Amino acid sequence: MSDYNFAFLDEQTKRMIRRAILKAVAIPGYQVPFGSREMPLSYGWGTGGVQVTASVIGPGDVLKVIDQGADDTTNAVSIRQFFTRTTGVQTTTRTDEATLIQTRHRIPETPLAAGQIVVFQVPIPEPLRWLEPRETETRTMHALEEYGAMWVRLYEDITRHGHVETAYDYPVVVNARYLMRPSPIPKFDNPKLDRCPALLLFGAGREKRIYAVPPHTRVRSLDFEDHPFTVETWDRPCALCGARGVFLDEIIVDDKGGRLFVCSDTDYCGRRRQAGGDLA
Amino acid sequence: MYVAVKGGERAIANAHRLLAEERRGDPTVPELTLAQITGQLTLAVDRVMTEGSCYDPWLAALAIKQARGDLLEAIFLLRAYRTTLPRFGASRPVDTGTMTLRRRISATFKDVPGGQILGPTFDYTHRLLDFDLAEPVDRTAEAPAPSAGESTEAAPRVVDLLDRDGLIEPEDPDAEQRAVADVTREPLTFPADRDARLQNLARGDEGFLLALGYSTQRGYGRNHPFAGEIRQGEVAVELVPEELGFAITIGEITVTECQMVNQFKGSATAPPQFTRGYGLAFGYAERKAMAMALVDRALRCRELGETPASPAQDEEFVLYHSDNVEASGFVQHLKLPHHVDFQSELVLLRTLRAEAEGSA
Repeated sequence: MSDYNFAFLDEQTKRMIRRAILKAVAIPGYQVPFGSREMPLSYGWGTGGVQVTASVIGPGDVLKVIDQGADDTTNAVSIRQFFTRTTGVQTTTRTDEATLIQTRHRIPETPLAAGQIVVFQVPIPEPLRWLEPRETETRTMHALEEYGAMWVRLYEDITRHGHVETAYDYPVVVNARYLMRPSPIPKFDNPKLDRCPALLLFGAGREKRIYAVPPHTRVRSLDFEDHPFTVETWDRPCALCGARGVFLDEIIVDDKGGRLFVCSDTDYCGRRRQAGGDLA
Repeated sequence: MYVAVKGGERAIANAHRLLAEERRGDPTVPELTLAQITGQLTLAVDRVMTEGSCYDPWLAALAIKQARGDLLEAIFLLRAYRTTLPRFGASRPVDTGTMTLRRRISATFKDVPGGQILGPTFDYTHRLLDFDLAEPVDRTAEAPAPSAGESTEAAPRVVDLLDRDGLIEPEDPDAEQRAVADVTREPLTFPADRDARLQNLARGDEGFLLALGYSTQRGYGRNHPFAGEIRQGEVAVELVPEELGFAITIGEITVTECQMVNQFKGSATAPPQFTRGYGLAFGYAERKAMAMALVDRALRCRELGETPASPAQDEEFVLYHSDNVEASGFVQHLKLPHHVDFQSELVLLRTLRAEAEGSA
C-alpha cells in the first residue's frame, strides 16, 4: 500500500482531526464537528472510529480491534487488516498489551490502564436526537445545559414500565456538564467509563462529530435517587470459562430452546480458559 | 455453530474471491473494457461522476466495472478515491453562458436567441424495446445530418434575458469574491449557505432529489416552476494560479445546467418577481439537474419569506439525508452484528415480562 500515507489519511487531515480531538478532550463530552473524510469502508462500519484511530496511531502502537467484544468478528477482522495494511503496526487480541483499542459496542472486561486509548465507533452521537431531530435545536439545548426533556423521558419510562427502557447507549453526564451518548455499548459497560484511567475517544464519521472522556473523568449514568442505575445480570456463569459478573452473549444451540451463555469478550474468556479458569 | 457467528479472516477472503468471480461472469464472454463503459454507458458514467464529485470518466468507468454496475457502489468507490487527492485550489466559476451547446431548450419562450436545440434526448422516443439493438450491427450510415451537431451561434442564458428587464431576482453579485464552501472538507452547519447547499444537492442522490422535487409539484411546498432553460454542453474550467495571477484554462467539462424560473408574489422586502432555482450536474444529467433546481428553490423559502412547511423546504431534513453513500452505509450497517445490544434488550424485555406476569 505504498501509494497511501501511513494510516491512509494524509497528514493535513490527521492534524485537523487531532485538533478536533484536543478540543474534545478540553471540553469532556462536548461534540466537536470535524471535516470527516470519506473512507474506503462503508458508513456505519466505523468510519469515525477509523479516522480517529488513523489520526492518533503511531508506528510504536499495539492495536487491538473488537466488535461485540470479540476480536474475530468480521468487521473487527476487516478493520484490523486495514490498519495492518496501511500502518504495519503490531496487533494483539490482549487488552493489557494494547496501547490503542478500537471498539464497537463493548468495553473490554479486563480493566483499562493509564496510557491506553480506546476509540469508540459512534453511529449517532447526539443523546437528544430521539427527543429532538434538529441539530440546530439540540446544539442550543447543550449550550444551555437544557436536559429536562431527557429527565422527563426517563421519568415517563419508570412510571409506565418501572424501568428505564434503554438497554444500550444509555445516556451519561460527563464531568457534571455535558449529556453524552456512550455509543451503543450495553449499559453493563457504563460504570467502566467512570473515572477510567484510559483516554476514551468517540468518533462519528457520517455525523462528523468527535467527543472524548479524558482519563479519570466523572461519568454518571442518568438515574434517580429512588431508581438507581442498574446493569444487566445473568443467573449463570459463562459456559466456557465460568466467569461471573461479565457480559454474556446468548447463543441459540438448537431449535428446542437450547441456550448457551458465553463471554462476549473473547480475549477475557480465552485467557481464563488458558489459565484453567474454574468451569461451572 | 458457534464458529459460524465468528466470521473471521477466511470468510472475508472467500467472500472477496466469490465477488471477483461474480463480477467476471461467464469467462467465455469477452471481458468488459473501460472504453466500452465510457463510450456506451455514458449516462451511468455521468451519474457516477456527478454524485461521486469527481470529473473523470475513466475512473468512473473503472468504478462501474468494479461495482458490477451498481452505481451507488461505484459512487462510493470514486468518493473513497477522491478523498485521497490533494486539493490544490478552486476554479473560477464556470461560465455556462459561453457553453458549447449540445442541447438547449427553454419551456418559457417559443424561441430564444441562439435557438432551441433538441440534442440527443430520450424525450420524444417511443419507449419501444428496439430488438435490433440486441445484436451488434454497424450503424455508421445512420449518423445525423451535420446541422444537428453543436451550435456556434451566441446563446445567452434565458434567465439573463429576464434579468435585463428586472423581472427576475438578481443573482448574488459578490459570488466570485467569497471563498467557496467545501462540504467534503468541512461539516455542514445550519443554516447552510447556498454554496454549501448547492454542493450538497449536486452530490445528492438523484432518486432522493427526484422524489423531493416531485413532492413540491404535488403541493408539498409548491413553488410554481417553469423550466426557464436547460442546457448541456462543454464549458471551460479556469484556474488562477497564485504565482501567475491570471486565469488559465485547465480543461473542459461537460455539464447539464437547469435554471428554474418560479413565480413569486413578493414579500415585505421584495417586489413581485420571478425567483430562481438552480441545478448543475456533470455530463448529461437532465433529470438530476431539474430535480436539484426544484429542491434548491424549495430550500430558499426562508430567505424569500415563505413559511417552511414541507419536507423539501426543510433544510436539515434534505441536506442530512441527500447523500446516498451515507444513507446506504447506515441503512446497511444494520446487517453488522448487533448481538450485544440485542442481548441487553433481551435481558430488559425478560425483566419487564417477568414483572408483568408477577403482578398479573
